Amino acid sequence: MAETTSAGRLIVDQQTRPYLPSYLKLRHDPGRGRWVLLAPERILTPDETAVAVLKLCDGKRTVEEIAKALAAEYAAPVEVIAADIQELLQGLADKGYVRA
Amino acid sequence: MSETELKGNGHCPAVVVDDEPTSGVSGSTSASEVLCALSPVGLLAELTHRCPLQCPYCSNPLELERVNKELTTGEWVSVMEQAGAMGILQVHLSGGEPTARKDLEEIVSAAAKAGLYTNLITAAVTLNRPRLEELVKRGLDHVQISFQDVDAENAERIGAYPGATQKKRDVAHWVTELGLPLTINAPIHRQNIHSVGRYIELALELGAQRLEVAHVQYYGWAYLNRAALIPTYEQTVESIEFVERERARLKGVLTIDMVVPDYYAKRPKPCMGGWGKGFMNITPAGKVLPCHAAETIGHLKFDNVKDRPLLDIWLNSEAFNAFRGTSWMKEPCRSCAFREIDWGGCRCQAMAITGDARNTDPACALSPYHGEMVALAHSEAAQPPKPFIYRNPHNAPSAAKSEQRPLVLAE
Repeated sequence: MAETTSAGRLIVDQQTRPYLPSYLKLRHDPGRGRWVLLAPERILTPDETAVAVLKLCDGKRTVEEIAKALAAEYAAPVEVIAADIQELLQGLADKGYVRA
Repeated sequence: MSETELKGNGHCPAVVVDDEPTSGVSGSTSASEVLCALSPVGLLAELTHRCPLQCPYCSNPLELERVNKELTTGEWVSVMEQAGAMGILQVHLSGGEPTARKDLEEIVSAAAKAGLYTNLITAAVTLNRPRLEELVKRGLDHVQISFQDVDAENAERIGAYPGATQKKRDVAHWVTELGLPLTINAPIHRQNIHSVGRYIELALELGAQRLEVAHVQYYGWAYLNRAALIPTYEQTVESIEFVERERARLKGVLTIDMVVPDYYAKRPKPCMGGWGKGFMNITPAGKVLPCHAAETIGHLKFDNVKDRPLLDIWLNSEAFNAFRGTSWMKEPCRSCAFREIDWGGCRCQAMAITGDARNTDPACALSPYHGEMVALAHSEAAQPPKPFIYRNPHNAPSAAKSEQRPLVLAE
């Protein structure tokens, strides 16, 4: 799909303070041993990294702060994590699942 | 639904749990996974066949269920509890018109308590604000409202309900005011296909998160009314290309899901994501079906939630096992490289068009019936539309008896 910058599209950068709209449900699916993000007529299956990110999306922390927190926790280079998170959140924002 | 959109980000894959019989859902059948992984993720609960609208493409069966056959409150509550326990994640509360059930509140409570993501699929013409607020309080997660057209006069002719459009608009506003996500459902056919662009404007105006451009699928009432509904090939292609462009333009603003008509396709849709693979449907009377049209396959026997636990029906019932996997397939499906991609397409369409549910879906170019089905579509779309046979209890008995012969191959 072509890249667009339509009016109203959230562009995620390092200073964005992302949060999940209340109509999404991040929930553990015990029978299948995984996490699910329940959305209107969609089920997303975030991996461990995505779950860790989503749990920190509280509308207060910036993407940069989330990256620092996770870099410390996972002992990984912050710039790699920051870019990865930005891409993840942009993908979710484009589906309407992340706001700021 | 494009593959890229489905895959999403590498960290967060997504599957569609649509109420439409197209892209379907994918459950796992890997034996190494726990039992729950074998259970469906989506449940379509057809709470009633009562409906104030009379849309001639209704997905309900021709033989509409009577009120006195409907499951009780307690039985629906039990269904929701069992669904949650067996690992189902989303429930579509549908009908008919689900708000015709006076106990919808209790059913929503039970579904929410069972951990299900609850979608209300409504015509919205009989729903008032206090009731919607109560449903939200009880845990309703999402509302989908159908608009029969954007043009009110045409919409109210198609749905046979004067004043419907304003009521739907009112409910749409309440949904967003109450902070719930809104989906606009646009059932597309030859008599409103010119409005696809206006549907997108409507969805944006109403603050919807999602628009379903759902080309009518020809089962049940829509099969009966096909000559009044099927668009031309050119109209179909034009509308699909238009939506693709709009989808790119509105990325991040409006999600547009498209259900495409398959009479003009080359490959069949992976109907329901595979029979008995990720989805189940419960009728107002409690029959458990692999899809909402499954009763058109006359020889199948369906179990009822009143007689057997839901999980037992899912795992062991004759109807669910009839077309699971690939062992039931005949040629050309059996040896086809796509057999685990499209699962042979739609069993109900194979039944309706070819008279044998085990045949390849005639939407597939490899089906010997494909050419005739396409020719039929072209010829019906070229004629002036026939008058609608409206979906109502009055027309149901004669519609159910009307002979719908499968196509006969030329000698």
